[in-house]
Amino acid sequence: MYDIKALYEAESVEHAVQLRQEHPEAQILAGGSDVLVQIREGRRAGCEFISIYMLDELRGVSIDEEENIRIGSLTSFSHITKDPIIQKYINVLGEAVDMVGGPQIRAIGTIGGNTCNGVTSADSASTLMAWDAIIELTGANGVRRVPIKDFYIKAKVVDIKPDEIQTAILIPKASYENCFGHYIKYSMRNALDIATTGCSVNAVLSADKKSFERVRIGYGVAAPIPVRAYTAEEFIKGKEITEENIKKFAETVLEDINPRDSWRAGKALRRHISVVMAERALKECVELAGGEING
Amino acid sequence: MDNQYKVVHCTINGKEVSQIVDVRASLTDMLRNDYRLTSVKKGCEVGECGACTVIINGESFNSCIYLAVWAEGKEIWTLEGLTGPGGELSDIQQAFIDEGAIQCGFCSPGFILTSWEIVNSGREYTDDELRKALSGHLCRCTGYENIFRAVKKTMLRRLGKNEEAELVNSQGITEYPDPMPFK
Repeated sequence: MYDIKALYEAESVEHAVQLRQEHPEAQILAGGSDVLVQIREGRRAGCEFISIYMLDELRGVSIDEEENIRIGSLTSFSHITKDPIIQKYINVLGEAVDMVGGPQIRAIGTIGGNTCNGVTSADSASTLMAWDAIIELTGANGVRRVPIKDFYIKAKVVDIKPDEIQTAILIPKASYENCFGHYIKYSMRNALDIATTGCSVNAVLSADKKSFERVRIGYGVAAPIPVRAYTAEEFIKGKEITEENIKKFAETVLEDINPRDSWRAGKALRRHISVVMAERALKECVELAGGEING
Repeated sequence: MDNQYKVVHCTINGKEVSQIVDVRASLTDMLRNDYRLTSVKKGCEVGECGACTVIINGESFNSCIYLAVWAEGKEIWTLEGLTGPGGELSDIQQAFIDEGAIQCGFCSPGFILTSWEIVNSGREYTDDELRKALSGHLCRCTGYENIFRAVKKTMLRRLGKNEEAELVNSQGITEYPDPMPFK
């Protein structure tokens, strides 16, 4: 038995919004791979919960009428990895969420929960940041869209209003078109571990594949919330694909990231691996995009 | 607040059932206490050890971090569902015995269910893919080599590759003779 004070089961998105208004103290329960464990630990024991897990309308990946990739918030990690739309347009997201926990955790864990709990180590977060994902929230006044960089406010705090639930994550066409990405998770073990630091890079090459048209890089556990390294992105924009430029790009990420010492790893190690991961991930992107590194 | 109860309808091991459950119960609680399916083990109860693994709609889940009320309308399999009408063991269960993949037996029901999902997929996993697919289970007795070998051999046999299954060595690596007698 879980130490739960009350459980309110949402039967539709509208019902979930109504429950949010009726029970302001209640917390949202999606897949529960974090929340149920925290109830066991005592951190969330004795609380009220609104379960949205049974809302199948929030599952699945599709392309909407604006040509965004639309990922329902309750889509599990395992289903994201297997989804043909994800594999075709943003395979790196499927690869990243395939590194969460173990297989059973990936069957229950949802991408919405992974973003809403607001932790920097979430394996999906750096990739969603790096692809300028848009968070769709539904509340009493209808649907609201927030760029993911504004969705994260501070550690464990995200921009969800008291009457809202997250209903989808969108990847705009301008973001995924001709774009190739790679994610590196640095952790002590290959399974059932949390990232020491994670780095997700994606690149669009010029038509002749000689230079970088656009590069974006997102980090998990390089700051209290997932972050982008905009200075490095600005540096590499339009530059030729050379070993030297990629190295310089990787070193520049240090201007934007601010990792901390924790029991998992020290700040110095995190700074070091952040640079190495940036270089390796960008090289992988060049390869995926069919480019070559000159010089 | 008073205790909350709910009727949950689902299919367990091929049989349609329903039961009144406490909304605070985990699926492990429901399967063990209401249905007496005690192959579903309580290990860590926080989704780390995999001892409570069951198959829900074809996929392995940790039943300890799954609310019983979420089982509504789902198709659930536990180890009890794998044996034949006379208690005959399935191929994957027999393989665990043959390969010495069982000692205390606490992790076995969970391991066997994930293995069952693997061998039912009809796909040939690489060694690395198999290790990754089994990574959500902890075993403190036999280690993982024997378990790995049991799964790999059963997978190969299901794919009609009996000869190749015989070439899997004690470390779980397929040792092809030179020259290869078959391809």
